[in-house]
Amino acid sequence: MASEVLMPALSPTMTEGKIARWVKNVGEPVHAGDVLAEIETDKATMEVEAVDEGVLAKIVIPEGTDHVPINTPIAVIAENGEDVREAEAKRRPAPAQNKVPDAKAPEAKAPVPPDQEAEPTPPRPAIRDGAVAAPPRPPPAPAADPGEYTGKTVTQTVREALRDAIAEEMRRDNSVFLLGEEVAEYQGAYKVSQGLLQEFGPRRVIDTPITEQGFAGLGIGAAFAGLRPIVEFMTFNFAMQAMDQLINSAAKTRYMSGGQMAAPIVFRGPNGIASRVAAQHSQCYASWYAHVPGLKVVAPYTGADYKGLLKSAIRDPNPVIFLEHELVYGESFAVPEDPEFLVPIGKARIARPGDHVTITAFSRMVKLALQAAEELEKAGISAEVIDLRSLRPFDVEAVAESVKKTNRIVSVEEGWPFAAIGSEIAAIVMEECFDWLDAPLKRVAGKDVPLPYAANLERLAVPQVEDIVAAAREVAYR
Amino acid sequence: MAVARKPNRVKPADAQISAETLKRWYADMLLIRRFEERAGQMYGMGLIGGFCHLYIGQEAVVVGVQAALQEGDTIITSYRDHGHMLACGMDPKGVMSELTGRRCGYSHGKGGSMHMFSPEKNFFGGHGIVGAQVPIGTGLAFAHRYRDDGRISVTYLGDGAINQGQVYESFNMASLWKLPVVYVIENNRYGMGTSVSRASARTDLYHRGVAYGIPGEQVDGMDVVAVNEAALEAAEHARAGQGPIIVEMLTYRYRGHSMSDPAKYRTKDEVNRMRTEHDPIDHLRQRLLDEYSAREDELKQIEKRARDIVIEAAQFAQDCPEPDPSELWTDVLAEA
Repeated sequence: MASEVLMPALSPTMTEGKIARWVKNVGEPVHAGDVLAEIETDKATMEVEAVDEGVLAKIVIPEGTDHVPINTPIAVIAENGEDVREAEAKRRPAPAQNKVPDAKAPEAKAPVPPDQEAEPTPPRPAIRDGAVAAPPRPPPAPAADPGEYTGKTVTQTVREALRDAIAEEMRRDNSVFLLGEEVAEYQGAYKVSQGLLQEFGPRRVIDTPITEQGFAGLGIGAAFAGLRPIVEFMTFNFAMQAMDQLINSAAKTRYMSGGQMAAPIVFRGPNGIASRVAAQHSQCYASWYAHVPGLKVVAPYTGADYKGLLKSAIRDPNPVIFLEHELVYGESFAVPEDPEFLVPIGKARIARPGDHVTITAFSRMVKLALQAAEELEKAGISAEVIDLRSLRPFDVEAVAESVKKTNRIVSVEEGWPFAAIGSEIAAIVMEECFDWLDAPLKRVAGKDVPLPYAANLERLAVPQVEDIVAAAREVAYR
Repeated sequence: MAVARKPNRVKPADAQISAETLKRWYADMLLIRRFEERAGQMYGMGLIGGFCHLYIGQEAVVVGVQAALQEGDTIITSYRDHGHMLACGMDPKGVMSELTGRRCGYSHGKGGSMHMFSPEKNFFGGHGIVGAQVPIGTGLAFAHRYRDDGRISVTYLGDGAINQGQVYESFNMASLWKLPVVYVIENNRYGMGTSVSRASARTDLYHRGVAYGIPGEQVDGMDVVAVNEAALEAAEHARAGQGPIIVEMLTYRYRGHSMSDPAKYRTKDEVNRMRTEHDPIDHLRQRLLDEYSAREDELKQIEKRARDIVIEAAQFAQDCPEPDPSELWTDVLAEA
């Protein structure tokens, strides 16, 4: 009996991938453990190994094909002696839940801000086999708000925007360098630093050992000496190992030295939940860092903000904690191309104007808040979504102004609810615009538990669109 | 790889060291001693608060090492830092004013004893968390290498810090990348109240870099000439691009860990023996008299000068006003 080889999920966040290369040819014998193909995921290039013995009977998806959803049949392996054609004929249909979308399904367009010249969507490699159509791209992300920017934009993913920000700043300033685990030869654990080693060489793109406290402190020392390090934490979960250096050495030294010395340094990496990686690898540290004087803390959502804020962070004379989100790395936005495009730290952004309720969010939760706003619109509730972007300094005015207009507020964050960013917003609203409130503030936050692994429990633990909708309706009494 | 315990230098290998140099070191050590004694006294008078860790007994280490360095080499240490600052050429008035928490202090009164800095004098602190200065000092070395400026980082740490994990993270990176750093372990035999033998599986600390390919040497840290000789070799090693090196200085602090430490973990006898038999300042004084035919009156002159500088600094540090209340809000962040 022939067996199908399915497109494997090679990382917790992978939904699709590219068949980079077939290592085996049709007709070649296959043993368990043989490498069949190389697949590019959202993070890396991986090898797909055979599980079954037999002969490679058919390659269903030719090499070079991108956006192949996981669980799509990509090849057929016939049992030894089995007729290949017969095997092909007996091939099971793909399971219903993994049905490949119709080839004629209209392509979702990459988002382009209304006032921008539409950039042509990059052509996708042709599907030569015809058996499988290209899947649609992920649902269109809300357009970046380029603010007053009127220059050229390019549609790119957040990881590309981050890479460009780093590359541009490294070209601009020779004292900027990138330090972290797997940033150089591996090209970034999340592929953010792709190509940087090739352009800037190993003097300025430096792979470290797995030694967070050590390389955080080393970066701070280099910053004290006047360099401008960008220190990548593979994820902020690992930055807890370096917490003493971040707080006691980076944040406090300007003050303790009477302004003589400081660390112009960026600590960046993914923060918040990932996907099914459970408690030790899924945590939002926003409120931890936002608590500390001497730090700046940003957590953008759009590609334009990722780029513009990272560039501002690199140029900033203070230590900046730059919180990224793994689940947003692959999302596409219109991103300004101008190397002088900067987003100021400390300014929130109205992601969607509205009149009836204010929803504050940062990082990936902005996306959910915008989706919730669309739902609310259907119910006749006009929600104003504020993308906080910066958590320290915090744009008190933006939140207060919005609440004075809508008289109601919901705060959304992935992190735990106790002593959280939402708690701070509650205090700010009390202090700044209590008299304008028509309802008590409502917080939507991660559940007060370590993040569980099981898919259903994980979903329950993390804020969902319906939670935001429910909270907004509650404060709107509708 | 050279990991060696050098014999205590009974006779100085100092044919080339001039009497002038030795007298300068004598003056430098005396200044630290007098400064620290005065700081201790002022602490007792309530003029200095908080933690105050005195360097008395260890003066030969920093004076001998600093004399081996070149302009532009960078220095970093822990919280027992007053001696290092004076040896770096920082103004005793500014240091003492920081101890008294006054606006004329190096940190305008916002850092205190443990947190003082002078990038101008290449002194990068003054760090209050045991061991935290080690990766930072390694980062200073990284910056020297990045700029290829021919300078080295001298990173001081104590026998207490040597058991912190980040020290080994630093050793590994420094050796991996051949960074120009000299790690000076000031082994004063007690990490707060715990003797080295109660804290460390092996009491010799100079071999702690063996696993990372870092050579080490043990030196009599009560002998400024021996310290200087070892520091010269170590600095040359680091400067020549051979990577990090460890120098363990066997030394002793006469006072408690901090001002509030009654030091009941060691006998009076032990302290007295060190003071009478191994005092680095007495030792050098005797040598100057015996071997360099220094005159008693010129040494007295040096002693008077040290005392005068300290008296002046102490007065200055009491006369200078406290920081303006507006200073509370300054120096948190710089304007972007």
